[in-house]
Amino acid sequence: MILSLAVLLQLTMIVPLLAAVGLLVFRRQPNIREAVTLIAGVVLFVLVLQLYANYQRNLIANVHWLEILPGLVLSFRVEALSLMFALIASLLWPVTTLYAIGYMRAHEEENQTRFYLCFALAIAATMAICFSANLFTLFIFYELLTLSTYPLVTHAGTEEAKRGGRTYLGILLSTSIVFFLLAIIVTWVYAGTLDFLPGGLFTDATPQWVLSVLLVLFFFGVGKAALMPFHRWLPAAMVAPTPVSALLHAVAVVKAGVFTLLKISVFVFGLDLLAEIQATQWMLYLAGASVLLASLVALRQDNLKKRLAYSTIGQLGYISVGALLATELGIIGGSMHIVAHAFGKITLFFCAGAILVAAHKTKVSELRGIGAQMPITMAAFFIASLSIIGVPPGGGTWSKWYLMLGSLESGQWFIVITLALSTLLNIAYLLPIPILAFFPGGGGRVVISSEQIKEAPLPALLALCLTATLSILLFLYPQPFYGLSQAILADTGAPYAIAGN
Amino acid sequence: MLAHLPVLQVIVPLIAAPCCLMIRSPAVVGRFVQLATLATLIISLGLVREVLEQGVLSYALGGWQAPWGIEYRIDPLNVYLLVLVSLLGTIVIFAAPTSIKSEIAEDKQTYFYVAYLLCFAGLLGILATGDAFNVFVFLEISSLSSYTLIALGQDRRALWASYQYLIMGTIGATFILIGIGLMYMMTGTLNMHDLATRLDNVSETNTIFTAFAFLFIGVCLKLALFPLHLWLPNAYTYAPSLVTAFLAATATKVAIYILLRFVFSVFGAEFSLTYLPVREILLVLGLMGVVFASTVAIYQTNVKKLFAYSSVAQIGYMILGLSIGSAAGLMATLLHMFNHALMKGALFLALTSVAFRLKQTNLTNMAGIGRQMPLTMAAVVVGGLSLIGTPLTVGFISKWYLVLAAIEQGWWPLAFVVLFGSLLALIYVWRIVETAYFQPISAELSGVREAPVGILVPMWVLVLLNIYFGIDSQFTVSLSELAAHSLYLEGR
Repeated sequence: MILSLAVLLQLTMIVPLLAAVGLLVFRRQPNIREAVTLIAGVVLFVLVLQLYANYQRNLIANVHWLEILPGLVLSFRVEALSLMFALIASLLWPVTTLYAIGYMRAHEEENQTRFYLCFALAIAATMAICFSANLFTLFIFYELLTLSTYPLVTHAGTEEAKRGGRTYLGILLSTSIVFFLLAIIVTWVYAGTLDFLPGGLFTDATPQWVLSVLLVLFFFGVGKAALMPFHRWLPAAMVAPTPVSALLHAVAVVKAGVFTLLKISVFVFGLDLLAEIQATQWMLYLAGASVLLASLVALRQDNLKKRLAYSTIGQLGYISVGALLATELGIIGGSMHIVAHAFGKITLFFCAGAILVAAHKTKVSELRGIGAQMPITMAAFFIASLSIIGVPPGGGTWSKWYLMLGSLESGQWFIVITLALSTLLNIAYLLPIPILAFFPGGGGRVVISSEQIKEAPLPALLALCLTATLSILLFLYPQPFYGLSQAILADTGAPYAIAGN
Repeated sequence: MLAHLPVLQVIVPLIAAPCCLMIRSPAVVGRFVQLATLATLIISLGLVREVLEQGVLSYALGGWQAPWGIEYRIDPLNVYLLVLVSLLGTIVIFAAPTSIKSEIAEDKQTYFYVAYLLCFAGLLGILATGDAFNVFVFLEISSLSSYTLIALGQDRRALWASYQYLIMGTIGATFILIGIGLMYMMTGTLNMHDLATRLDNVSETNTIFTAFAFLFIGVCLKLALFPLHLWLPNAYTYAPSLVTAFLAATATKVAIYILLRFVFSVFGAEFSLTYLPVREILLVLGLMGVVFASTVAIYQTNVKKLFAYSSVAQIGYMILGLSIGSAAGLMATLLHMFNHALMKGALFLALTSVAFRLKQTNLTNMAGIGRQMPLTMAAVVVGGLSLIGTPLTVGFISKWYLVLAAIEQGWWPLAFVVLFGSLLALIYVWRIVETAYFQPISAELSGVREAPVGILVPMWVLVLLNIYFGIDSQFTVSLSELAAHSLYLEGR
């Protein structure tokens, strides 16, 4: 099958939408309905792989849709960083669907069609974010992603879900409207364009203070990156069903946030300029503080999902640090960490959900000895924990390596110490869980003593094994993603004309 | 025929109004009125084409030439608003045959249509005419008929609200008349174009300052600028929902038009915006309007009143655009006039359908309504998102241009306040969303079904227009840009 590149690119956004239509048509037959999402997910992944293969051959797709305002066009373009994000999002969508089938049925959730529908819409928005060729397009789909995930966060429809949803929507929309939109308009006024260009958009005429203000506005405005103090929405969104947490933490939402930050650092400011802005250093300190504080808070959470949520805030801080280092190593580390964290964190959330479904436990303190009942789940948990901590054989090893190198290279000792401390904290809040699950020891009260093996439903179990395997594979074969992350800065903007329509 | 379009724009609804009295049967009158409004919409679109092709159109009424006779003068500014008023007036009236069944007594329905057409004709007349005294006449036609329309509300408080508006409106209109009278005294002419040239010689006299002050305050009363907005919330709340939809979408916009026309075309931007401290006054009042009215809206329990206060806040945005004092700011004002009409038209039509089923619009009684009336509440959600300024809706377009104009002028704090206002809008819109979707269905709602098609179709037409003009903004952006630039050129 040979599709033109432009068609291929547009299909990545259209296939999830088609899936949404299919879901509505088959809303009364759950089996067909779920088959539709699964198939759409696989098709989407194949499409993105096609784009990747073409990119390897230097064939780069770009598409222009309509001009919403004079000079502001909805347009899309393939580039290395977008491919990285698109690859993991499209790979993890079918996996999450697989998991959701097991989870949602075992949990007897209501409104499952609405759930799968909003999920598909969120994926469509994510694909559009991935391939946005300018800030304007990115902003539009960034907002649509927030709106399409709101019904997912409030899925339970309870008072608690309503409150969680309020925080979720409140923080994400406010930061994006007050800071992000303002930053975009200021960029438009000073730079006269919003296209992502290698080396950045600003001319020398832009005053230094404007750039500093802009940097702060962008980093706070992209609330999805959960940089402290705008991180509250992420723990609040924990009321959602577990597959939604996976979507938020690994597949789409927070990744869209840090992806946007990387994109802005490289293609709006440009690394050379970014390194010169005064505010960069301060934001770097803030990101470092965010890493440490979030890890400390995570240490104190007894609710497993909450602990994982704060862990995510800390890990996102790594990526912000990577962007703010404004060096090649930083960008490589930051972008690799998007991938590594996605595989690791999704496994952890899958495990948390599996524990909830099979053993009805939500607290860390209740998990002593659960290894006997759920050995596979807890083994996956262990592997994923290693990846988040950043030790072999976890995929996170590479990204932390490059981040460390990057901060050493640029002499950011504060960041070096932060990264080291954070690794220790990661060990402290993650590793005791699988260790105590398998070796409850004699001292404490063993909460679960059932010797019988009772794992989560098969689709869910399959999904979490798959993602744990991906974590290991990323450690063994990081080359494809490493290659892409190196290509981010090599992007010259030149080959766009080749495959343009 | 084409040459007579400017006058036909006003004459068609004006003649159609008494015809309704002859037809009498409400059902037939309903169809007839729809036809009449549709005709005005087509005429206004024809006028757009004419203006874009030929520039300013001047029509001498009865063949009497300009300074002596009445001139109808169609330029980019008023043709843009003619489309706005006739479009909204037409869409809203299509919901009338269904909706007034529940809100207006059978024997009064014909009078409703008559008053509606008169109000419609009055608003179009204000826009089309180039004669200052004619503005006053049409203003009175539209005002008197809108007092009638508001008094038709079922709630007894409608009478009181209408009376309140009558008093305030009459004060406003009288002030305008005094202003026009003083100008006539100094120049001996009522034709606005003529006035503009003759005012130059006498502009530094106390009489003209006084005339400006009277006109300015009179118009600000009519357009409900904070703190002269007190008549608006009650009038919108107790009027029949359909009337609210019509007035919210059109009447205040036309009042803003009068302000723009006098400020730019008659007195000139130089005199009003630079020489007099009008910009500063507008800036302060606009800011206070946005913040204060949005905050009050958050605490309302009646959804109609909530959106009424939101309208006061949105008027604040339009005034802020004007206060920036650049063509870009004026363009933002013009865009927001059109876009806000689409939002509030859609929202108040959605409330019309709520009122049709529930007989009232209290938020507490709307608990869980999202499941009973999914299409209506979806319209509220989209309209609300547009009000907040989410991308792909018209609200985003206005907000973009307003913030852009503020930043270009270096007014960062203003940009912040404008965006902060969106957050207040988010809060009051989301109160409704949470009540409608997250609360258990209240007992009174148990048998309620979705509103009839007669209301749903016009409502969703407006909702889709909110999205359409949010994606393809070419019509509104190019026309408002043209109008803004021509107003600034005129001022020199």
